[in-house]
Amino acid sequence: MDELLLARWQFGITSTYHFLFVPLTLGLSLLVAAMETVYVRTGNELYKKMAQFWGKLFLINFALGVVTGLVQEFEFGMNWSEYSRFMGDIFGAPLALEALTAFYLESTFIGIWIFGWKRLSKGMHAAAIWIVALSSNLSAFWILAANSFMQAPVGYVLRNGRAEMNDFSALLANPYLWNQFPHTVLGGLVTGGVFVMAISAYHLLRRSQVEFFRPSLKIGLICALTASLLVVVTGHRQAQYLAEAQPMKLAAIEALWETADPAPFTFFTAIDSGKQENRGGVSLPGGLSLLVHSSPTGEVKGIKDLQQESEKRFGPGSYAPDIPSVFWSFRIMVAAGCWLLAVAGLCAYYLRRGTLEDKPLALKAVVVTLAVPYIANSTGWYVAEAGRQPWIVVGLQRVEQAVSPTVSAASIGITLVGFTLVYGVLAVVGIYLLGKFAKQGPVAPFAAKPAEGKGVALWN
Amino acid sequence: MELSVVWFVLVAVLFTGFFFLEGFDYGVGVLLPLLGRTDDERRLIIGSIGPVWDGNEVWMITAGGAMFAAFPHVYATLFSGFYLALFLMLVALIVRGVGLDFRSKQSGPAWRSTWDWLIFAGSLVPALLWGVAVTNLLKGVPIDAKMNYVGTFFDLLSPYTLIGGVAFLLVFIYHGAAYLVLKLEDPLAGRARRTALTVGVFAAIAFLALVGMTYIYTDLFASVGAGVSLWAAVGAFVVSYLAMRAHRTGWAFVGSGLAIVFTTAAFFWGLFPRLMVSSLNSAWSLTVTNASSSPLTLKLMTVAAGLLVPVVLAYQAWSYWIFRKRVTLRDLEY
Repeated sequence: MDELLLARWQFGITSTYHFLFVPLTLGLSLLVAAMETVYVRTGNELYKKMAQFWGKLFLINFALGVVTGLVQEFEFGMNWSEYSRFMGDIFGAPLALEALTAFYLESTFIGIWIFGWKRLSKGMHAAAIWIVALSSNLSAFWILAANSFMQAPVGYVLRNGRAEMNDFSALLANPYLWNQFPHTVLGGLVTGGVFVMAISAYHLLRRSQVEFFRPSLKIGLICALTASLLVVVTGHRQAQYLAEAQPMKLAAIEALWETADPAPFTFFTAIDSGKQENRGGVSLPGGLSLLVHSSPTGEVKGIKDLQQESEKRFGPGSYAPDIPSVFWSFRIMVAAGCWLLAVAGLCAYYLRRGTLEDKPLALKAVVVTLAVPYIANSTGWYVAEAGRQPWIVVGLQRVEQAVSPTVSAASIGITLVGFTLVYGVLAVVGIYLLGKFAKQGPVAPFAAKPAEGKGVALWN
Repeated sequence: MELSVVWFVLVAVLFTGFFFLEGFDYGVGVLLPLLGRTDDERRLIIGSIGPVWDGNEVWMITAGGAMFAAFPHVYATLFSGFYLALFLMLVALIVRGVGLDFRSKQSGPAWRSTWDWLIFAGSLVPALLWGVAVTNLLKGVPIDAKMNYVGTFFDLLSPYTLIGGVAFLLVFIYHGAAYLVLKLEDPLAGRARRTALTVGVFAAIAFLALVGMTYIYTDLFASVGAGVSLWAAVGAFVVSYLAMRAHRTGWAFVGSGLAIVFTTAAFFWGLFPRLMVSSLNSAWSLTVTNASSSPLTLKLMTVAAGLLVPVVLAYQAWSYWIFRKRVTLRDLEY
């Protein structure tokens, strides 16, 4: 079915692209807020400069996050109208609450923050960026509340041919949400921390504006190191939770075809989905049992058994996601996490010894690491979303039942190409601007051209 | 009152707020390359909406979210039905939003004028499309028994709906010009005023055409309240225009705002209790009864909106208060 395939591609492309900007918004907003708070508390102009410089980069990213988020909101109605009819009673509420509690705040106070440097007291101005940062993260909470329902439906009853809400508190207490939300927010902090670290390292390598970028790097490092440690902890808890809530996703992550006790942890292997088996590879006996049950023994269900269970409940059909892509995405995410921890740990070590600036190789590694949180975020999101396939709402609605029945493949094709082209151009422009301002550093005036005679240097 | 009716009113209020606020925003965007002759002038024009346009846009996002939550069938039918129109609108809003943020972050006339024209198009297209959309809702579109829109993109375009689009666009441009007269200093403010006086004539003609065709093509005037509201909109617009001529700029802006408010109210009033009219069979129209969410969801949302909407209004009003002064080159950030 062409419509389905095109609609899926469109959703995949637009949401992955949107999610390139979200984590940095979540993390960097908090860092900028912290920097400005230090400025208000100490009166040290350096921290004001920091809030302004990193804030400038934050805004470029923020703008792209906002406009791509617009598409997300309307795409459910455009391409997934049957989903919207079936789930709107439950799914619409968190989206509307997101707008009412978070989005209004975020977008009103971002305007106040950008234009309010001279109009507000220092404290009020710092409060504005805190409101932006906290409401961005609150936004993520509502979106994940909605998404968690798709992963692990709770608090509903099937009535009038659709899922209707019967317990809102269950929606908010959804364990999936409380596993996913901290992991996502921490992923954002890692992204923000690494972003600050990498640009600082770039300047330290060139010994440019050292007095500014040395403390910046330190702030980024503290954030990235702490958050990456916690991201591992929350990720581990999530895996344990998946064993009971979404065993099929866990089995797919591990490409575990047969139920096993003790279950091995596979580092890598060649997966043959057709024959439903793995060939060769390296694995740690009992490793998966250890992860899931905190003991070297303990049963972990395999794909084949889970498939049979699903067939019994839901009738014939395939109930497993695409195993190789989920398996490898997960491994890329974990490897990215390990890389982040290693780089952050190394930097912390050198920094304590006061030799970081004499280690160009370490600084170069930090610069390269800028790409790594993005890889981790995207693959992590892929595991979460592809891992629930073929369901759009696990156990309630399959993706092919959710697509808009009257939208033609041609229409979806046009918009797919259109969004991809627009997003492509925006990516080039956005990266160009981010690169330009990042390289420039804080000394250059932010206005490309000060108004003549008036000496208007923005951000002063 | 049934909660679904409360939500009908709330959705109407959200759209009213959206058209009032983003209306002048769109107007300013359309006027940007036309009124601003030098780069500084264009920066001033953008600066006039700089601190507030993002907050204004959330009115639309909230209206969309509220429809999803309160009337999921309307959300599904409307956006899958008006598919390509919505796509055009989204692309327009994307380039507009990015343009407002990016245009002054790089010097060079080519860069800036490209973004200026993208902001222009990104403001013009949504203003036009919202007019087309609203008139289509009332006039009726082919909706089948399963609540699916079964027409094409071109079925949305008819003389009536195109007049709707043009009228919305021109009124928004006038509204934006009135806003600029308030927010800028001479000579730009004077130029904005002269533009308003010219555009106002065309806006009035289009508006009257819209009223007349609404009488012919829809049943809006079957509801006395809706009819009165639409005439009140015409009256408000005339008062606004006279005030503009008499240099009573504040009143001119209030008048154009009221014209938008009364028009939106008239359309929703005329729609009630329907949200989308089916042109195939009136029984297939989407109404507050057959398209709404469950009572529990509506109750929850009502409590949330009751608590939060006043707070939102308060801090948005506060943000307008902070930036109440006329914009000078000194305050520009974009």
